[in-house]
Amino acid sequence: MSSHPAQDGPREHGLLLLELDGAGSHPAAWRVSRTAPAAVLGPEHLRGAVLAAESAGFHAATFSDPGMPAPGHPDAAARLNALQRAAFAGPVTRSLALIPEVDTAYTEPFHISTQLASLDYVSGGRAGWLVAASSSAADAAAVGRDTVRGDRLSREAADSIEVSRRLWDSWEDNAVIRDVPTGRYLDVDKLHYIDVENGSYSVKGPSIIPRPPQGQLPVLAPAGLLTAEAVAAGAADALLVSAPTPGLLAAELAATRAGLAAGGDGPALIAELDVVLDSRGQPAAERLAGLNGHTPWQSPRAQFIGSAAGLTDLLTEVLAWAEGVRLHPAVLDTDLEELTRLVLPELRRRGVLAPTSPDATFRDQLGLARPASRYAAASSAPGAEN
Amino acid sequence: MSHSTHPAAEFTASGFIPSGQIQLGVFFQGVNSGTVWKAAESGSQTDFESFRRIAQTAERGLFAAFFLGEGLRLREHLGRPHALDVAGRPDAQTALAALAAVTTKIGLVATQNTTYNDPADLAHRLSTLDLLSGGRAAWNIVTTDNAWTGANFRRGGYLDHADRYTHAEAFVETAKRIWDAWDDGAVAGSASAERWSAEGSVRRVRHTGRHYTVDVTPRLPRSAQYRPVLFQAGDSPEGRDFAARQADVIFSAHPQLDDALEFRRDIVERTLRAGRGAQDVKIMPASEFILAATPREALEKKAWVRSLQIGPQQAIAYLEQFWGRELQGYDPDGPLPDIDPVVEETSETRGSGFHGAKARQLADQWRAEATEKGLSIRQFVSAKTSRGDSTFTGSYTEVADRLSEYARTGAVDGFNISPWLIPSGLDDIVNHLVPELQERGVYPTEYAGSTLRENLGLATPARTGASVEVGIDSSSVTAQA
Repeated sequence: MSSHPAQDGPREHGLLLLELDGAGSHPAAWRVSRTAPAAVLGPEHLRGAVLAAESAGFHAATFSDPGMPAPGHPDAAARLNALQRAAFAGPVTRSLALIPEVDTAYTEPFHISTQLASLDYVSGGRAGWLVAASSSAADAAAVGRDTVRGDRLSREAADSIEVSRRLWDSWEDNAVIRDVPTGRYLDVDKLHYIDVENGSYSVKGPSIIPRPPQGQLPVLAPAGLLTAEAVAAGAADALLVSAPTPGLLAAELAATRAGLAAGGDGPALIAELDVVLDSRGQPAAERLAGLNGHTPWQSPRAQFIGSAAGLTDLLTEVLAWAEGVRLHPAVLDTDLEELTRLVLPELRRRGVLAPTSPDATFRDQLGLARPASRYAAASSAPGAEN
Repeated sequence: MSHSTHPAAEFTASGFIPSGQIQLGVFFQGVNSGTVWKAAESGSQTDFESFRRIAQTAERGLFAAFFLGEGLRLREHLGRPHALDVAGRPDAQTALAALAAVTTKIGLVATQNTTYNDPADLAHRLSTLDLLSGGRAAWNIVTTDNAWTGANFRRGGYLDHADRYTHAEAFVETAKRIWDAWDDGAVAGSASAERWSAEGSVRRVRHTGRHYTVDVTPRLPRSAQYRPVLFQAGDSPEGRDFAARQADVIFSAHPQLDDALEFRRDIVERTLRAGRGAQDVKIMPASEFILAATPREALEKKAWVRSLQIGPQQAIAYLEQFWGRELQGYDPDGPLPDIDPVVEETSETRGSGFHGAKARQLADQWRAEATEKGLSIRQFVSAKTSRGDSTFTGSYTEVADRLSEYARTGAVDGFNISPWLIPSGLDDIVNHLVPELQERGVYPTEYAGSTLRENLGLATPARTGASVEVGIDSSSVTAQA
C-alpha cells in the first residue's frame, strides 16, 4: 500500500467486493430467490451474476467454497467449485477482479498455485486468492486425512502461500524467449527450482505454467488466520476484518491496523459485512425475519439490516478506515438490485469509490506494483552463478 | 493376422456395427516437439486467446471435443528444464472452465492424474466443469508412478509401477459413485419446496482401501449428460482392459488403417469380456494433419513442418536424452555419435517417453540402422520423431477419401488432431477438409445434441450399484442419515 486511509474523510480509493455464492449468503436465500434451485448450478446464473456485479460497479467478486451444511439439513444446497466458477467468469467480464476461496488444509499447493496462475491468464490479470484453511472434519474425511486444527492450520496456510508465491516466481517474466537461431524456446537460466522444505510441504518446482500476468496474485486472508510474523513477512496482501456489529467495524479495523508492523507496506484491510436491504416496499428486518424463520443466519460477520441510504452512510464511514468492504448479500438477486440502484451510484457521487477500468489488474486496484520475480533478483545479483 | 477385406462383416459377428461416420477432436498439447513455434504465425502457448481461437474454430467445424493434456513436472534434459520445445501450459480444468463460457457444443476434455489428486476433490471439480458446460465435460484418466513427479507433491512418489491400474481403478470407481450419489430429480423444482434436496436422495460415499480413504457426501447432482465422459489412453494389455471396463473413449495410438482395425477387434473383444456392449467404447487415435490444395503442396508443406519441428539443436538433444551426456560437439548433419551412453537405462519420464531401455544396446542398434539407411543425426531423429504413422498428408480430397475408408470399415470413431500450429492450425481442416468429409456423408452436418455424451453417441451409463467391491479395496455406499 502506498498510503493508508487517514481518518479524515472519504477518498476515491474504496473497493467494493461482492460475494456471489449460490442464491445468496443467507442459508434460506433459495426460498425467496427468483432463480430456481437447480439453475443456481448452471452457467446462465453465474454469467448473469458476474455481469450484474460488474455493471453495478463492483471492483471484485469473491467465490466462496463452503462445505455442505450438515447433511440432512433442509437448506443443504449443492455447491460448485469456487475456482472454476471464477475461471468461467474470466472471459465473461472485463474489469471485475475474480477471487475464489481456495482451501490450504486439504489441497496440494502445487495444484493451487497452477490453478490460480491459470485463472490469472484466463482473466487477463484479474485473479486473486482468498485463502481459507478448513478445520472441518467432513473436509478432512473426504480426502482421508486427519483434521488440521489450531496452530498447524495457520502454519500450513502460510506454508502453502509460500509455495504458491515461489512457484509463481519460478519462471522469470521473460523465460519464454523463442530464440530461433539457437533453437531455444525457453531460457532455462530463467527457470528456477524452488526446493521448498517448509515443514508442511516439500515442493521441487519449477511451475508448469509461466509466471502469471500479475507476477504475484494478490492474496487475501481472514485476519487472525496467519500469524503476525507471517503477515509482516508479506504472506497476505489484504486481510479480511470482521466485527460483531457494524458499529464495531471501525474500531476493529483500527485495532487490526495498529497490530500490523509499522511501515508503509502493510496489507490492505477489507471489512466484512452482511447486507439485508429494504426492497420493493418490504423492510429489511421483515425480510430477514422471514428468512430466519426457516433457518437462523449464524454469521460471524457484522450485519447491516436497513435502508440503502443507511448502508451508504455506513460504507462511507467504514471506507475511511479500510481499503475495501466485502458485501455478503442475504439474497443475491434482491439485495444486488438495491445495491445497484441506490447504493453504488451514491457512493460514487460522494467520491468514496475507486474508479473501475477494463485494463486494470487486481494488483492495480489494490495499488500494488508488479513485483519482479525473487529469483530474477537473485540471478542478476553481482557475482551470481549462471 | 490377415486383414479381411470385409472387416465390417467380422465386426457384425461380434456385435460391433460400424457407424459409417467419423468425428474429430482437437488436442492442444502445449508441451511437445510437434508444435512449431519457429514459424512467424506461431502464437502464444499460454494466453487465453489461443485457447479461445482453437476451441471456437473447432466448434465451427463441429468437432466433438477439445482436449487438454497435463504434466505435473516440467520436462528435463540432462538435469535441467528442457529448453527446445514448447512448454508451460495452464491447468486443464481451469482453462476448460473458461472455455465453457465461450463455447456451446464442443466437449471439454481434461487430462487429470489419478496419482496426485484426491478422488473426492477431483470428482467434485469435474462435476463443476460438467455443470458449468451444460454436460460437456470429460476426464482423460492418466496414471503416474514416479518419484520424480512426486517431488512436487506432499505424498511424493509412493506408488509401485505394478499398482498403477489397481490404484487408478479404485479411484475411478470411487469417482463414479460420487457422480451417482444424487438421485434423479433430487433438487427442488421450485423455491416453495420443503427442502433443497429431497430427503434421502443423496448417498454418502465411503471407500477404504490400500490407496485411499474417502468418506464424503457429494456436493453436486448429476449433469445434463449424467456424469463426465471418461477417456483413457493406456495401450498395454492392462491399460486396454482398464479402458474396456471403465472408459467411454480410448485416445489410441493406432491411426494406421490396418493397425486401427486390429486395435478395434481387440477392444471389442475386451469390452465384451468386461460385460459391456460392442459399441460402448469409442476409439479416437492421436493424429497430425498436413493438408494443402494439391498433393505436391502438401508434401512441400510437410518438409517445411518437419524442418521446424526437428532443428539441429533438437536432433542433438534428442540423442542426448538416450546417451545421458552432452553431444554438442557432434555435427547434426554427420553420423550418429561413436561414443557410448553413460547411463545404464534411458531416462524414464523426463521427456523421452522411452521406458527403461538398455542404453548401450539401443545406441548400437540405432547406429546400425542409421548406417544402413545412410541417415545423418538430423535425418535419423526426424524419422524417429516424425510420428509418421499418425500423420495424414495430402490434398483435402485425398485425405477425405482416406478418412472415408475409416468410417466405412469402423476402424475408428474419429481422430484426435494435434495441430502443429497454434492458434491457426485448425483453419484449413475446418475450412477445407470438413466440407469434403460432409460431402462424402461421413461427417456430422450438425451437432447431434448439446452434451458430449449425445455428440459422441454414447448411452447414458447405468447407475453404479449400491455396494461395490473393487479388488482388495472395500467400498460402500450408504443412504445419508
